[in-house]
Amino acid sequence: MNIFVCVKQVPDTETKVVPNADGSFIETSSIKWIMNPYDEFAVEQALLIKQANAAANVTVIRVGSVKDTEALRTAMAMGADDGILVEAGDNLDSFSIAKALKGAIDKSGKKADLFLAGKQAIDDDCLQVPQILAQMLDMPSVAVVVGFELNGTTIKAKREIEGGALEVYEINGPCMIACNKGLNTPRYASLPGIMKAKKKPMAQHSLADVGVSDADRRVKYSGFRLPPEKPAGKKFDATDAAKQKEVVAQVVGLLRTEAKII
Amino acid sequence: MDFALSQEQKDIQELALKFARNEMIPHAQEMDDKGIFPHDIFKKAWELGLTNTCIPAEYGGTGFSSLDGVIISEALAYGCMGMNTSFMANDLALLPIVIGGTDEQKKKFLTPFTTDFRIASFCLTEPGNGSDAGGLKTSLKDGGDHWILNGEKMWITNAGHAHLFVVYATIDPALKHKGICAIVVDPKTAGIELGKKEDKMGHRSSDTRGVRFNNVKVPKENMLGGVGEGWAIAMKTLDHSRPLVASSALGGSWRALDLSVIYSKERIQFGVPIAKHQAVQFMIAEMAMKVEASRLLVYKAAWMCDQHQKNTEVASYAKAFAADSCMQITTDAVQIYGGYGYSKEYPVEKLMRDAKLIQIYEGTSQIQRLVIAREVLR
Repeated sequence: MNIFVCVKQVPDTETKVVPNADGSFIETSSIKWIMNPYDEFAVEQALLIKQANAAANVTVIRVGSVKDTEALRTAMAMGADDGILVEAGDNLDSFSIAKALKGAIDKSGKKADLFLAGKQAIDDDCLQVPQILAQMLDMPSVAVVVGFELNGTTIKAKREIEGGALEVYEINGPCMIACNKGLNTPRYASLPGIMKAKKKPMAQHSLADVGVSDADRRVKYSGFRLPPEKPAGKKFDATDAAKQKEVVAQVVGLLRTEAKII
Repeated sequence: MDFALSQEQKDIQELALKFARNEMIPHAQEMDDKGIFPHDIFKKAWELGLTNTCIPAEYGGTGFSSLDGVIISEALAYGCMGMNTSFMANDLALLPIVIGGTDEQKKKFLTPFTTDFRIASFCLTEPGNGSDAGGLKTSLKDGGDHWILNGEKMWITNAGHAHLFVVYATIDPALKHKGICAIVVDPKTAGIELGKKEDKMGHRSSDTRGVRFNNVKVPKENMLGGVGEGWAIAMKTLDHSRPLVASSALGGSWRALDLSVIYSKERIQFGVPIAKHQAVQFMIAEMAMKVEASRLLVYKAAWMCDQHQKNTEVASYAKAFAADSCMQITTDAVQIYGGYGYSKEYPVEKLMRDAKLIQIYEGTSQIQRLVIAREVLR
């Protein structure tokens, strides 16, 4: 059984993100990268399946810069068998990433039985790659998954819907599962795991190798800037009953003229 | 010369810090308050390979260098100096076996620590002998096919939970250092009596007790090195373990610095964050300098160990400097937090209590200076 886990590397949650000098992307030189936290649930789920099926092989795959390969190394230290890195800038759009992932999976020559990914990346929050990739692979996909069971070739996936209710899907054969928090508790990479990870195979491709070019871009970023700083709030004193009418009129007036929300 | 950590060391540090943040810090205050031994956290750290770093690979260990060991210990102490004392005590007790044991002894005593979660204690100090460890009174008598152990040990870390003791005893107190032997003792042997858990100022989650030996029979083959070689083994152990203990002080200092930086940017006085006031800036600058200087000394002392260079002097620099700095830094952290710092609601008063012990155990700051002076004036 071949399991592919798509992982993304995102800035550490404590990073102070700033636009780069020309505003074309964020400044990445001083960022500490981590594996996207939702992807950790996907890696853990793959490893749980591997624990129950000794024959299962877990491949982690990532599209992104080669400068730091934190996410792939972490996944392999946790227990994934091998890795694939498609070298690319960190600001590709979802469609290009999905196409690059598909290209790399095809190139691996492995028959894929299951795809796992985090439901979204916490940096750009696009929530698109798993679904686009599933479409390209022509297979079913279930997103925001919080429960997973595998019986033979049948997968039972539970996903969260509005109001806290759950939808339960039964899927036969290969599919894409986009994982959410609550699915499992990701393990730590152990120290022996960290040592072993260095010896695990990692294939590396360029975007051209996997058939992706600039023409595949569907979204172009026109500029990055920080949101304007929030001005201090205004306080109105309405404790004096006699003045309340006047204060209310003042507030309503400002909401109309200044905030322009009514 | 290269001050950079290898990618592998960065990964190890990353894991240890993640463990400290997720598994230790959330429980540190409560376990300290109630004096709860961190059994489950210790076990989890063991499962990840974060403890017993001194066990060589051929006996099932991770085969880490001393430098790797201090990088891990520094990060775990960042989580809690008290819990890290429990973890480190294992290395302190296993090191004499690594240093003075035969191949057979290493297989017998070290390997079980790699296959199962086990706890060990180093039994050197006695009620009447702390800094003057060479004057110990615990006696070892030849009982024919076994040794007979009698005496009392004090301040023994992990004693209440240990699966193995390494005990220092003398065949004749008149021989002073030359009569001292190191011997592995099973804590379940008849005649061993544990004292009550000490109610300490800091490191309250670590288990510290007296241990009494009343005609305890110990197999002959449990002696490390020969008769009278115990003192040399103990001294070599300290050369390895002092950088480790110093790294614990370093981890505590680092945490106090981080907390002080965060708090001083949040706390507003006179209309600005207190970090804008020069008086606070000076304290923070002093902390940052001392953390970095401690780190350089600790890493160098461990690195010398790995290079098989005699590190006694530098290990004492590291131990004294890191411990004294930790005391100063944690005291200033309480100062920066002001009234809140003195309250148990905030994490810095615990750091200050924990720091004090590191100036005392494993050779007081004064003993370190004696060692340094002896080497410098040689």
